[in-house]
Amino acid sequence: MTTLRTPDPPAAPPRPAGSARRRDRPAGRRRKSQPEAFAFLTPWLLGAVALTVGPMVVSLYLSFTDYDMFTSPKWIGFGNFTHMVTDDDRYLQSVKVTLIYVLISVPLKLTVSLLVAMLLNTRRGGGGFYRAAFYAPSLLGASVAAALVWRALFMGGGPVNEVLASVGWHTPSWVDDPQFSLASIILLTVWQFGAPMVIFLAGLKQIPAELHEAAAIDGAGAFRRFRHITLPMLSPVIFFNLVMEAIHAFQSFTPAFVIGGGRGGPADADLFYTLYLFEVGFQDFRMGYASAMAWVLLAVIAIVTAIVFRTAKLWVFYDDADTGGRK
Amino acid sequence: MTVVRVPRTARSVGWHVLCLAIVAVVLYPLVWLAFASVKPPDEILSRLALLPTRFVFDGYTKGWEGAADVGFGRFFLNSFLVAGLSVAANVLSCSLAAFAFARLKFRFRGAMFAFMITTLMLPYHVTLIPQYVIFQQAGLVNTFVPLILPKLLATEAFFVFLIVQFMRGIPRELDEAAIIDGCSVYRTFWHVVLPLSKPALVTTSIFTFIWTWNDFFTQMVYLNDTEKFTVPLGLRLFVDTSSQSNFGAMFAMSALALVPIVLFFLAFQRLLVEGVSTSGLKG
Repeated sequence: MTTLRTPDPPAAPPRPAGSARRRDRPAGRRRKSQPEAFAFLTPWLLGAVALTVGPMVVSLYLSFTDYDMFTSPKWIGFGNFTHMVTDDDRYLQSVKVTLIYVLISVPLKLTVSLLVAMLLNTRRGGGGFYRAAFYAPSLLGASVAAALVWRALFMGGGPVNEVLASVGWHTPSWVDDPQFSLASIILLTVWQFGAPMVIFLAGLKQIPAELHEAAAIDGAGAFRRFRHITLPMLSPVIFFNLVMEAIHAFQSFTPAFVIGGGRGGPADADLFYTLYLFEVGFQDFRMGYASAMAWVLLAVIAIVTAIVFRTAKLWVFYDDADTGGRK
Repeated sequence: MTVVRVPRTARSVGWHVLCLAIVAVVLYPLVWLAFASVKPPDEILSRLALLPTRFVFDGYTKGWEGAADVGFGRFFLNSFLVAGLSVAANVLSCSLAAFAFARLKFRFRGAMFAFMITTLMLPYHVTLIPQYVIFQQAGLVNTFVPLILPKLLATEAFFVFLIVQFMRGIPRELDEAAIIDGCSVYRTFWHVVLPLSKPALVTTSIFTFIWTWNDFFTQMVYLNDTEKFTVPLGLRLFVDTSSQSNFGAMFAMSALALVPIVLFFLAFQRLLVEGVSTSGLKG
């Protein structure tokens, strides 16, 4: 359906927000609440207070305590946080695994999705079919079922092993090998390149064809046009996809759980951060420590997002002068 | 230019060949699964050919028996129940909140909207443990309430945002006209804005269904009894098995688990893809 008029956040920022507010509030009159507003907001407000803000405050408190759910929390100051960095090898392993996963899977997935989007950015027939086919794994890939399939595909004697062996590359069972296990999870993530691809494709369609034509007439080759037209014009979309994928990747759970056999894989090679958090919180019932881990995760995601936003000024290009100052 | 001009049709054929090659790679795991589910167990890993030498449906009958006297049918029923209620809860609560943000005046609207956007980036884990404690104290662990109540309270900010953005695109003149004609705000919402927001509500429904269907973490945290298991939890029982004798059942049930999503995808693929490209929805 093409009736969805929701503006695309990266490419077409919802500009009227400022002007709409001015319209709502004539100069000189104090803004008044409509009584009905709170009727509509009640469910959301309840959720925000009871399920978001309240629990956040509590979990921040719990992160400074020792808490097992059965006895009341015991204040231990920064004990949980110092334990993480000084005394918990599995914690550090989970940080390492997660960072490697994020640093490799996100750029790889974005590169693949951009390349395929460029391939599909033509007027040839059949584009809609290919787009849909490439998008399908994005819906299926997060499931336990898909991860179980993936595990079998990459097992010793599985299709991947056999195909690689037939071209002379003898690999161990990917899922049972500390070196290869994480790679199979990264490939499962890259397999779901469809969602960012669709967003890239929408962005590519907004680049005026004249730019490419003018550059081509001036003698710019395909690579230079990509480097100097496509990349800058697409940078807001790249920025959006990068932020979303990174936030998403830090919280990835199901593939690592399933492919790692529920235990973090061979030699903890698949021990994702969230996996360890789950183990600590819901198998060992060290709820204080798990809360502390959650807050560190939040801090890391916030810092990474902030860094991406900060550097955005250097590489994200907004064509529209009106929105130039926008973050 | 020195580049040799390749005839148009040849280039077009080349393009299709390349695209089809990618389709083959991308869809291979799914096709492989479909065939693996009807292979004799000893063939699943030992023979590379996709097609089985003979079709065997033992996996389906054996897998359907489930575990601990609870059949897989029960897991499916539970999953449909949780996903269906989640869809209803999400559409209702998110559209209510979205209408307030898109159309009504109230104090701290800007601040609340900013807060909502911030929660989009919040990892679920920072609220997880206190939420668990609350539900545990209320005796609601091992029920579906912890899976559905958050949706009834519009905690999925993404959908609130999606519907707000859509409602902002609906001409204000329409609801102003209704108000002038004496419609209350409630009736304006129900009879004017909500029907016009249908595309956004459909997108919300489909994604809520698929995400809930796929959700594993929350369901694993809150559901312990085999009676209450959903499909992902039923499949989890296969995670520990490495014996090939169980492969048939594992792949048969995995294939069945993906069927609802595949059907949704086939029915709504245009809408889904448009939804992603216009709102940046994650798959």
